[in-house]
Amino acid sequence: MNALVVVPTTTWYLLLSAVLFTIGTVGVLVRRNPLVLFMCIELMLNAVNLSFVALGRRLADINGQTIVFFVLVVAAAEVVVGLGIIVSIMRRRNGVTVDDLAELKG
Amino acid sequence: MIFAAGAFVGPSIDWYKMSPALVLVAGALGLILVGALTPQWRKGAYGFVAAASAGAAAVLAGMLWANLGENGAPSTLIGDALSFDHFSLFATFTIAVATLLAILVTNDYLEREDEDGPEVYALILASSVGGVMMAQANDLIVLFLGLEILSLSFYLLVASNRNRAQSGEAGLKYFILGGFASAFFLYGVALVFGSTGSTNLTTIGTTLAGQHPGNHSALLLAGVAMLLVGFAFKVSLVPFHAWTPDVYQGAPTPITALMGSVGKVAAFAALLRVFTVALPSRADDWGPVVLVLAIATLLVGSVLAVIQTDVKRMLAYSSISHAGFILVGLEAASHISNADSSLGVSSAMAYLFVYGVLVVGTLAVVSLIAGKGDNATTLGAFNGLGKTNPVLALGMTVLLLAQAGVPTTSGFVAKFGIIRASVSVESYVLAVVAMLAAVIAAFLYLRIMVSMWLSEPASTERREVPTASDIAIAATVAVTLVVGFVPSALLDLAALIR
Repeated sequence: MNALVVVPTTTWYLLLSAVLFTIGTVGVLVRRNPLVLFMCIELMLNAVNLSFVALGRRLADINGQTIVFFVLVVAAAEVVVGLGIIVSIMRRRNGVTVDDLAELKG
Repeated sequence: MIFAAGAFVGPSIDWYKMSPALVLVAGALGLILVGALTPQWRKGAYGFVAAASAGAAAVLAGMLWANLGENGAPSTLIGDALSFDHFSLFATFTIAVATLLAILVTNDYLEREDEDGPEVYALILASSVGGVMMAQANDLIVLFLGLEILSLSFYLLVASNRNRAQSGEAGLKYFILGGFASAFFLYGVALVFGSTGSTNLTTIGTTLAGQHPGNHSALLLAGVAMLLVGFAFKVSLVPFHAWTPDVYQGAPTPITALMGSVGKVAAFAALLRVFTVALPSRADDWGPVVLVLAIATLLVGSVLAVIQTDVKRMLAYSSISHAGFILVGLEAASHISNADSSLGVSSAMAYLFVYGVLVVGTLAVVSLIAGKGDNATTLGAFNGLGKTNPVLALGMTVLLLAQAGVPTTSGFVAKFGIIRASVSVESYVLAVVAMLAAVIAAFLYLRIMVSMWLSEPASTERREVPTASDIAIAATVAVTLVVGFVPSALLDLAALIR
């Protein structure tokens, strides 16, 4: 009798990636702290990275993994820019949430 | 496969054909590096270097266009990563010209705010490089990198005025929503890569053309939808437009001009190329979506523009409405079985050139009116401009009439081209909606004109117009009128884009 051995397939990774991406998306939509919003965007990018690796493996194509390095660099650059902007706003006032930033409307 | 061959052979690089982008990179790096190591330069020197770099890029793009000739075959650069054809050169030229004009306006803005330095110019040139990469990209990952170079520079530029709270707020909003959109775009790239096995636009196009068109892979459709959402954020299509008015109002005015011209041209060029090169065989799937987006964008943009009281917000909504017009061109290109569908892409590119020039000119005037602090942008600030500065008001009137699409201006030529493309593929509903939206939007431009010519000025003192802005406004008005009176000057060039 065969033991019930479950081998993860590519689909599992794609589903996990979709779940992580969704968590990130929902996070951006419901959270109010800029730093948390920022982390959610990073989560979305890394979920996509997981997709790239899984799909690259399924297609037996090294490009799937190469792309991830490009995305990592972009994500790092985004952190630098994003934190720079957040710090410059925090200097102006303390404990900011995105709801406090409401001068622009119409 | 990279590891299949014994020795690694790099792709051949044609430096001359890449020169417009390289000149912009050199300008950006030179400014930031030399600028950091040397004491403050003379007034206007940073701006001059940046303008020279953008001007050189425009001249090189023009020379490459002339070399390519009328029947030059499209080719690719650096191992299929970039494409080299009339389409990419036209977009590159447009981006370089818009950058040059925006730099002229920025020069006066920075002088007025006492913030002259190399950083803003370096970022403007960097965003321009990103735009050129997007317009030339023949690979979704190269496109993504170009998009990020453009966007990251824009986030910083929008937040660059540290003396004005609105600037930082706009920067943060743009950053969060822009990052959000980039993630969607990237997920789209991943899914398209998964279903076609490639990120190269040409390869994707061939792979999909070889499959049965009824073969609806869920992975592919989801990927195309995600790509479209990412692009829709970047070019601000309704319902993904909510950031646009806030960011356009909060950003320093010359940066608003840059976003309206370079940002729009680059993102639309990329959108047009991805959908017409990689996905034409799935046009039956994305065509109707584009149709709905175009109708929503045209109507919502025009109607909301009319009820604004801040001129920068008005122009933001007007830019949304213009984006709808350009999307009409893409919709026309989606009727691939129709012989006239290529009109869609060429008319959209002509529209992008016309709009890219117009928006910089219009916002150059707004930047002058905004005054020190960059805050006086309400409609009331334009009161009586016709009495204090008749020439400036006349120039603004020409630019606004062109945006409204009045004959003998470039705006009419552009709008006519789009409507013609739409009608010739028998997409009548969209053509009618587009004309309706143009009529509604005309009201908004008339409101600005009324306050310029028919209201009394708060003070009768004449406003000083700095030289660089003067040149930029005069140049945009000249282009507007020349294209308006001699449409063939632009249309013959755009007709080469296929």
